[in-house]
Amino acid sequence: MGKWSRRAFITTGVLTGGALVLGVAIRPGNRAKKVKDLIAGEGETVLNIWLKIDKDNIITVVVPHAEMGQGVHTTLPMMLADEMDADWTKVRMLEAPGNKEYANYALAKGFILGPKDIPSILMGTVDGFFLTATKQINLQITGGSASVRFTGMFAMRVAGAAARAVLLQAASEQWEIPAEELVVKNSKISHPETNRTAKFSDLAVKAANLKQPAKPLLKTSKEFTIMGTSPQRFDIPSKVNGTANFGIDMVLPNMKYAAIKASPVFGAKVKPLANEAIKDMAGVHKVVNLEGAVAVIADGYWLAKNAIDKLPIAFEKSANDAVAQSDIYDRYLQDMDSAISEGKEEKDIKKGNITAVFEEATNVVEAEYRVPYLAHAAMEPMNCTALVNADGCEIWVGSQNPLGFANSVAEALGIDRKEVIVNNQFLGGGFGRRSVPDVAVQAALIAKEVDYPVKLIWSREEDIRQDHYREANVSRFKAALDPKGMITAWNNQFVFKNEPEEAPHIPYAVDNQYIHYTNSETHIPWGFWRSVDSSMHAFFTESFMDELAFKANKDPYQFRREHLTNAPRYLKVLDKAAEKSNWEEPLPANWGRGISLHQSFGTIVAQVTEIELIEDKLKVHRVVCAADPGFAFHPDGFKAQMESGIIFGLTAALYGEITIENGAVKQSNFHDYQMLRMDESPKIETYIITSDNFPGGAGEPSTPGIAPAVVNAIFNASGMRIRSLPIKNHNLVTKPKPLA
Amino acid sequence: MVLNINNEIHDVSVDPYTPLLWVIREQLGLTGTKFGCGIGQCGACTIHLDGTPIRSCLTPVQSAEGKAITTIEGIAPGTTELHAVQTAWIEEQIPQCGYCQSGQIMAAHALLATNAAPTDEDIDQAMSGNICRCGTYPRVRKGIKRAAELLKASSNKKDTDHGEME
Repeated sequence: MGKWSRRAFITTGVLTGGALVLGVAIRPGNRAKKVKDLIAGEGETVLNIWLKIDKDNIITVVVPHAEMGQGVHTTLPMMLADEMDADWTKVRMLEAPGNKEYANYALAKGFILGPKDIPSILMGTVDGFFLTATKQINLQITGGSASVRFTGMFAMRVAGAAARAVLLQAASEQWEIPAEELVVKNSKISHPETNRTAKFSDLAVKAANLKQPAKPLLKTSKEFTIMGTSPQRFDIPSKVNGTANFGIDMVLPNMKYAAIKASPVFGAKVKPLANEAIKDMAGVHKVVNLEGAVAVIADGYWLAKNAIDKLPIAFEKSANDAVAQSDIYDRYLQDMDSAISEGKEEKDIKKGNITAVFEEATNVVEAEYRVPYLAHAAMEPMNCTALVNADGCEIWVGSQNPLGFANSVAEALGIDRKEVIVNNQFLGGGFGRRSVPDVAVQAALIAKEVDYPVKLIWSREEDIRQDHYREANVSRFKAALDPKGMITAWNNQFVFKNEPEEAPHIPYAVDNQYIHYTNSETHIPWGFWRSVDSSMHAFFTESFMDELAFKANKDPYQFRREHLTNAPRYLKVLDKAAEKSNWEEPLPANWGRGISLHQSFGTIVAQVTEIELIEDKLKVHRVVCAADPGFAFHPDGFKAQMESGIIFGLTAALYGEITIENGAVKQSNFHDYQMLRMDESPKIETYIITSDNFPGGAGEPSTPGIAPAVVNAIFNASGMRIRSLPIKNHNLVTKPKPLA
Repeated sequence: MVLNINNEIHDVSVDPYTPLLWVIREQLGLTGTKFGCGIGQCGACTIHLDGTPIRSCLTPVQSAEGKAITTIEGIAPGTTELHAVQTAWIEEQIPQCGYCQSGQIMAAHALLATNAAPTDEDIDQAMSGNICRCGTYPRVRKGIKRAAELLKASSNKKDTDHGEME
């Protein structure tokens, strides 16, 4: 898997991707004709590739992203429908087929021309990405909190406005009335003076033959009628009656089931295998050796799972057989030390002169923080159904990256990508995990051995032990405070850097900063985990800010305020969280409040937690969350995502820990990789601040700030400073409050 | 083996130790009941056996013989109607990814069948066996209270209707 720098991508993309920059939703070459067979049925008119209209004036919006609970199958159609002045009650959604015409140009444009970096989720799994950049950008990826920000802004809104423009032109030409005199509303165009009205569907055929503007005028937020409201989500009814089809629910004629066991030590090979133990089991059909894993095909999953448990599977020795978690941390520390002593640290931010400040400083604070590996543990265990025959391969799977899956499957089978069809299903949780095509490749290789479709299901144990993990990390800080309690120097070193690029950066005005990192090799597979680097850096930087506030003898909220002199947007969010939490109001003994502030994926989030220590137990009572996403297109959905991200982050803060023992993951299921449950779920209040800045994401930005807000609250309640996660590893003790 | 699922009788031929979950999903094609962990930790596979919520991933099919098995597909009173819990789940816009929600709904349904007005503590008690990775817990709590109101309203209406008939 290649790693590409952002710079390399931008250079390649902009220099060679002319079409990409020129046209976004509406590219030259009338792609609508190309996709008509894919998406349109009898009596339906495809206006542009993102929408069609039927005879009953129903508008169907084609959405190129997977629904994994973030509501994107509803919010993206809202964006298109609003620009089109459509009647929302007559709007439907269709998920785009895994076809290159739906490769996500808008997403690429957003990363190239927009204010944000390209998340590396877009890279690597898409084969030959750079080779084909001149012709096409093979992206149809759901990740990086990007759907609304890029597809919504650059494809949906543009497509809706362009469709409106040609419908208006069609009416104007048909009636011979200037367009300015016509009114577009609720999927109809009317001319009040002459009392004429036409439905969009009456004009669709004529409009489809008109040239659509590539850069139509978009509405301002004051003109929105659908964006900014919270209609019910399209996907919810099917999720309350059992009819929603997730990948694992796929049923095909003659389908059989497979269970799998991969090497617990990542990368080790299967030893020669004796099949005697299961060869007489009725309903067990085949053992498939995939080199790094063994699969058994049977009439049912339970049977396949029983059979594989009976097989004496052993793995070859590997260089990593003895690796323990402590070895990994030791290696990190060693690599961090030697990077400094050899002057080989990777620079992230360097400004001012920290050395000079530290030489003079009288109040210097140092701390070292740690976070463990984390698994995703989506509720739906990894699975994929595959059929391989002379025509190629067809797969059914919930994927955050269907085109990348197609590429990887094609490569594994040695066939052309055009011969792989990906049928995307609902995702039973994604969180980044379902951007990795490993399970699809396994399913295809297993199905290749037989002439019927096979549904491969991972056990929960496989799911936990064969993940691509959020890395364990160490972050070291040294900062100087002047006599007024202001930070004059900030030195931060950590391991690895992925994205978002700004994850370790602070919004606070500190003149002298040196932020740097070191790479340290491990054999543990890495993957995108909800909010990626921000999931740990917010814990590091915002906990350390709290330590500095204490050393500066200041209130942690006021201390942050004083350092936000150049960041009015951040200040507003912080103030809102403090205000709504009644920050100044005293709390009973053994209660504490903690605050945090972090920006990720374009959304600034401040959180205040209220916690109680009951004996040695922690109870998180309340979380107040203030967020500025620029504009919330579906406010209730945005709030749901804030709640979701907070509980996801709180689960990790309290319990999340994957440990490496003998080269393999020690944990295996929910009994030892614990999840937050109903009885521990805090009250969450979310306040949205509309700043009309470029839209930020929703799915990830609330995850980072909860861990520091909780550990800061524990400090506030007890004076105990937690510098490593998860919190369950610490003996919490109730103590008198620290004196500020 | 004869099974009564959602008031329909099915004859299945299967190893009697097979967990009910896999019989429901694979033999009977009712895929609304989900596999989550296989060890009774997450509640995604929750169904009712004679009205009691159980973990179908740990229940051998033979122990369900002669009992009324109810799955998510069987709780609505009719094809065009929803159970009050399902209605509340839509009103409160609870599901996100939705994978755990069949189990959440079956657990909530069982709670409300024995407790018409559950407190927060009752909800904690009844629902803490069901994991949701999307963190819909605050909304599930609201949804249960909403469903309790809906059930109360409909039983009041029934009482009134009954009264009018007399």
